[in-house]
Amino acid sequence: MGLEQFKNRNVGTQNYVKLDLPHPPKNGWCAFKQVLSRSLKPELFVGLWVALREMINALFRGQMHTTQYPLEKLPISPRYRAIHEMLRLLESGHYRCIGCGLCEKICIANCITMDTRYDENQRKEVSEYTINFGRCIFCGYCAEVCPELAIVHGGRYETASEQRASFSLFEDMLTPIDKLNLQQEYQGFGAISPNADENIKKTPLAY
Amino acid sequence: MDATILPEVTAAGVIIKAILILAVISAIAGFGTYIERKVLAFMQRRLGPQHVGPYGLLQLAADGIKLFTKEDIIPQHANKIIFMIAPIITAATAFIALAAVPVFPDFTIPFVDVYVPSIASDVNVGILFVLGMMAAGLYGPLLAGMAQSNKWGIIGSARTAVQFLSYEVVTGLSLLAPIMMVGSLSFVDFNNYQSDGTWLVVYQPVAFILFLIAGYAETNRTPFDLLEHEAEIVSGYVTEYSGMRWGMFFIGEYANMITIGVIASVVFLGGYNDFWIFPGWLMILGKIAFSFFFMLWVRAAWPHVRPDQLMWLCWKVLMPLAVINVVITGIVMMIG
Repeated sequence: MGLEQFKNRNVGTQNYVKLDLPHPPKNGWCAFKQVLSRSLKPELFVGLWVALREMINALFRGQMHTTQYPLEKLPISPRYRAIHEMLRLLESGHYRCIGCGLCEKICIANCITMDTRYDENQRKEVSEYTINFGRCIFCGYCAEVCPELAIVHGGRYETASEQRASFSLFEDMLTPIDKLNLQQEYQGFGAISPNADENIKKTPLAY
Repeated sequence: MDATILPEVTAAGVIIKAILILAVISAIAGFGTYIERKVLAFMQRRLGPQHVGPYGLLQLAADGIKLFTKEDIIPQHANKIIFMIAPIITAATAFIALAAVPVFPDFTIPFVDVYVPSIASDVNVGILFVLGMMAAGLYGPLLAGMAQSNKWGIIGSARTAVQFLSYEVVTGLSLLAPIMMVGSLSFVDFNNYQSDGTWLVVYQPVAFILFLIAGYAETNRTPFDLLEHEAEIVSGYVTEYSGMRWGMFFIGEYANMITIGVIASVVFLGGYNDFWIFPGWLMILGKIAFSFFFMLWVRAAWPHVRPDQLMWLCWKVLMPLAVINVVITGIVMMIG
């Protein structure tokens, strides 16, 4: 795919359909014919039929437009950037975050706060991790920079809550351990491409 | 109808009939708002009222509670007395018009042996009375718009005067041809005239169409609802109204819709005569229901007309057509 079609800035001019508008009547006879054809055209009944057809479509053919929102929701893009989720490793169930601090560093709204320490096995563990959603602009840099695909954006776009703290703690964003089998990989920035397996090559050591 | 002698109409029967009409029609008028919202929603592929009761059926009750408990606001500079009685005029004339209209079939209450007629009062000038009452109903919007000291109201009442007065002519002239054929102004005679199964619409198709158009204009229905045209004049003559006074305008409008449906059914569409295997009461109910549905259907499908188009349609198209129709009917009757 070349860049040519992106450099074309005349967006929209290609698909214009020129209406085949008739010319205004030239003389009295043409005006009379126009009045006659407009009077005898059954357009009113066409309109009635269209309204009735839509009603039949809606009632009997399941083409009702309404989504009863709180009860049913429209699917959102997998790349949608809503409230963050912290993912777990599928094998061990341990959280993926290695406490590198890159997300905290890159966060342009300065809303990620984290603290790490060494646990008893001298492995780095995350002792504290909060995202201030009052500041977060959902830019997606944290998900993009994360080397472990640990912090991603989820689909929870209903961000109203009684307390800001109720979904900004690490444990709240972390996938519950009993729902590990339902954990979805994020498809947005930083995600593995669908053909990632084909792109794996041996490390070229034979320099 | 056969020549069986009907039981004598007593005062108790008439009172029962009046209460029946008042209760049932105002309930139907309220229910009509629900039906209207549902049908319009379906025609736009929406769901309509959905959450109050099964299928939103109790929306009517919710709306009623809201209307009754709302504050009754009277604007400061309004003419208070006229402002207060204007909605009553609309609702009252709508129901008084229904007094001379056959609404349900006659029946006798068992055990008490009270005969309830199909018409509350079978005056021999029934059609004239109904048309006159519906014409008197124009004082409701007219006074309401002028009393509320609101410019939208003034425009609404000006349009009331223009539209209702103009279309009274068409209604009267279009009904004149069937009246000439039947030779009576009583709805019962109209019904009996069509008891052989041939509906008057077969003889008078032009009059039927003219009457429908004029009826829509007089009930303030959509192709001609210039009185409260939301897109142009906020709410027209009901701009300043709230609560139950606003609701009375609504009940009056819907009762008028039913009246127009009844007149169209009885005068043009065979009335409450039996048809094939269907009994008469089912036929009249079906016709009125379809007439009501057709009003909603038209509202979903057709756009408004402008006031000048409305006047053009009335005085340059419909009225000459109605007069020609009357003349031709007269000539045919004279020859035939």
